[in-house]
Amino acid sequence: MATPSGKSLRSAFYETRSISRDVLVPEDPALGLIAFASPNDPEPSIRIAAGRVVEIDGVAEADFDLIDAYLAAHGIDAAVAEEAMAIDDVAFARLIVSTAVPRQEVVRLVGGSTPAKIARVLGLLSPLELMQAMAKMRVRRTPSIQAHVTNRIDHPLLIAADAASAVALGFRELETTVPVLRDAPLVALALLIGSQGPAPGALTQCSVEERTELELGLRGLTTYAETVSVYGTEQVFLDGDDTPWSKALLASSYASRGLKMRFTSGSGAEVLMGAAEGKSMLYLEARCVAITRAAGSQGTQNGGIDGISVTASVPNGMREALAENLLAMLYGLESCSGNDTQMSASDMRRTAHTLPLLLAGSDFLFSGYGSIPTYDNSFGPSNFNAEDLDDYLVIQRDWGFEGVLRSCDDATLLPLRRRAAEACRAVLDELELMRFSDDEVERCVHAHGSLDVAEHQTEETARAGDAIIERELTAIDVVRALAVRGFDVEAERVLEMTRQRLFGDHLQTSAIFDEDMHVLSGLTDPNDYAGPGTGYRPSRARKLEMAQVRQVRSHDELLAEQAPVAGCIQLSDRGPAEARPRPDEVVVGISPAFGVDVWLTLSGLTVAEALRQVLAGIEEEGVAARIVRVTHSIDLGMIGWTAANLSGSGVALGMQGKGTALIHRADLPVLSNLELLSVAPLIDGARYRLMGRNAARHARGEQPAPVLLPESGEAFGPRYHAKVVALVARERARVRPGPPQTVEATWPS
Amino acid sequence: MAELTYPLGEGDRSRIAAQSGRKASQLTVADVRAGAVSAVDARVDPSTLHLQATFAEQAGNPQLAENLRRGAELALFADDDVLRFYDALRPGRSSEQELLAIAAELAAGGADRCAALVLEAREHYARRGLFG
Repeated sequence: MATPSGKSLRSAFYETRSISRDVLVPEDPALGLIAFASPNDPEPSIRIAAGRVVEIDGVAEADFDLIDAYLAAHGIDAAVAEEAMAIDDVAFARLIVSTAVPRQEVVRLVGGSTPAKIARVLGLLSPLELMQAMAKMRVRRTPSIQAHVTNRIDHPLLIAADAASAVALGFRELETTVPVLRDAPLVALALLIGSQGPAPGALTQCSVEERTELELGLRGLTTYAETVSVYGTEQVFLDGDDTPWSKALLASSYASRGLKMRFTSGSGAEVLMGAAEGKSMLYLEARCVAITRAAGSQGTQNGGIDGISVTASVPNGMREALAENLLAMLYGLESCSGNDTQMSASDMRRTAHTLPLLLAGSDFLFSGYGSIPTYDNSFGPSNFNAEDLDDYLVIQRDWGFEGVLRSCDDATLLPLRRRAAEACRAVLDELELMRFSDDEVERCVHAHGSLDVAEHQTEETARAGDAIIERELTAIDVVRALAVRGFDVEAERVLEMTRQRLFGDHLQTSAIFDEDMHVLSGLTDPNDYAGPGTGYRPSRARKLEMAQVRQVRSHDELLAEQAPVAGCIQLSDRGPAEARPRPDEVVVGISPAFGVDVWLTLSGLTVAEALRQVLAGIEEEGVAARIVRVTHSIDLGMIGWTAANLSGSGVALGMQGKGTALIHRADLPVLSNLELLSVAPLIDGARYRLMGRNAARHARGEQPAPVLLPESGEAFGPRYHAKVVALVARERARVRPGPPQTVEATWPS
Repeated sequence: MAELTYPLGEGDRSRIAAQSGRKASQLTVADVRAGAVSAVDARVDPSTLHLQATFAEQAGNPQLAENLRRGAELALFADDDVLRFYDALRPGRSSEQELLAIAAELAAGGADRCAALVLEAREHYARRGLFG
């Protein structure tokens, strides 16, 4: 049958899949819609004259655009350039991947290379080789992760509570932004307070327009900055209202106040601005990363970012995004590796985008995991969000990669959220910025998202933001307010973040503070991966932590439902079972622990009820029934076959305690059967009764229609197998040699 | 006295001072509560940034070192001046004369590296027509 449009039903079905909401495009180099190797990418070249770079990738000095000019003056290491550029592309690619070549040697050679050269070399790497290279090339040995903490109404107490949750989960950088720019100072302040409750040292930022972001940093309301955007073509760089020189001075401005800072770039941005100059995404990104290094930024956020959906729309787009992260590492920069924008409507596809990076490891696996619900994410949905947290934790547990996060239950989180919200409320009150009721605090503490707190933005938040700027409030004022209101721990920790500016340790490449306030950076914690047995490995304690997820059920928990129905039937042994006493009978063979240690089947019926239905079905057909317990095997085929060999009709019905059932006949091989209901969770009382009737009809030599299970696409393994293992262990413990026993059943009323 | 080593914050904190001269070890919550701490007590000293630049250089990143040295120069300027310098260097914001004046102002404040950066920008802004 076709659909009205003439399509097959299968084609029509595919159109309903979430993947079909993604719009993909063919490569179009003219628009920059090409991941690798555009026909318009330049041939790599370099010319050095008197120690100066006078040609880059086919462009002579007189024709340098701003990016070329800045790279020539500050980026490309002229002393290494001729050596690096002379290396064959494949040989260079192998240097990058090989665990025998130290990271520092690769960084040295990349320092003398041009963007076109690096882009061409990276185009040679397979996904696996990219991952292998990342494991070696990232700067910091210990991976970390950044969270988005925002909400659609800029509620400061909810920001503080969610910041506390994020830190408790393991995030070490928290990024916020605001739908209303005037709210930014208030939200930054709330984030700072909330971030220092569960543990010290998480870095915080507020992503807004460059100048405002800098101002918040200067006041100490943020502790790092990331939204310092650079682009791969001159036109888009200028459209972004900057030049490489202004960006370099901006970088120095942050340094001047002891603030950590990284640049940001990412493919797709130039395409979206309609000025990719026909170049490939990776080539333009190589220019961005080269500029980032040249301007003196310690690191970069890249790998698609806001333009990831454009990158994702072309062939090899995800491989390109991963190559961007590797680019940052090759330049010896901190990699804050994207995954911060949802790039597909398909859960499978967005997971596939992120997984290779998770397995390879990065300085920051996400430059913004959405720690809040997607609807509250003022950046737009991240590729992974609060909704996906348990999936993420389980994937981390599955693979044992360092995903940095840990599972936290309400008993852990609620007190931390309350403390953060109360600290924030106290500061806002002390500084006469805003007042909140106890009720509003409680709503923020328990909220999943802002819809649980309030419907609308209030003008008050914007006025409080204005006041912070007008009154020139700084982190010192926050410390004082915290101390005055008795939040001594938070006061000390916020002050410590201020104190750290005096040291500037976190200005070094890939620097973060761990939860004990030790700085982990390229200097104290350099990545030393050189193959198996080297580099970062989760500690034993960390492996145990990763194994703890919400979905874990202990053996005892899995079996807890058995005890309340224990004794639902009494099955008494009456000695060895007789063979074939009468021809018109069906023998019901039960497993060793059936009604002994196993009382509840996987469908939730008691074994008493399952057995009662089976016997009733046999009786309805006018056939006699007899129960025997098979004790020498837990295998259902063996149980049924053994019972069939005792049956006068040669037909038996076998049952395990977990509810699986079959009809067997003595003349069949052991592992064969007449009917099998193997999916125990789907067998209800009516079906057990029908199994009894069919067994009786087989006993009479008829050929009844087999019992069918209801249709279901559910994979039962993930849900039931742990319970099956627990129940089977009980069956196994009751196995003993010897002949089947006659059993007398009584149902207590 | 032993040489200061990275990380500075995990060494003797009495050896690192803010721009005001207040030692990091003497920046306490009690001081803040008593109103005895001003914004300049939270401002990193240029000498510290120079030290960090040396660490960066030793770690093989001369560009980061240069950035930290420019930062050391800007550390002595007021917030508003820093914001003004950045704005002036954005495309189309300044005339050639204005950029020259910024460079002179930076040089006068001892910010030679920053001044050189501005002068270099001026050269390329002229070539690419970016004066405002």
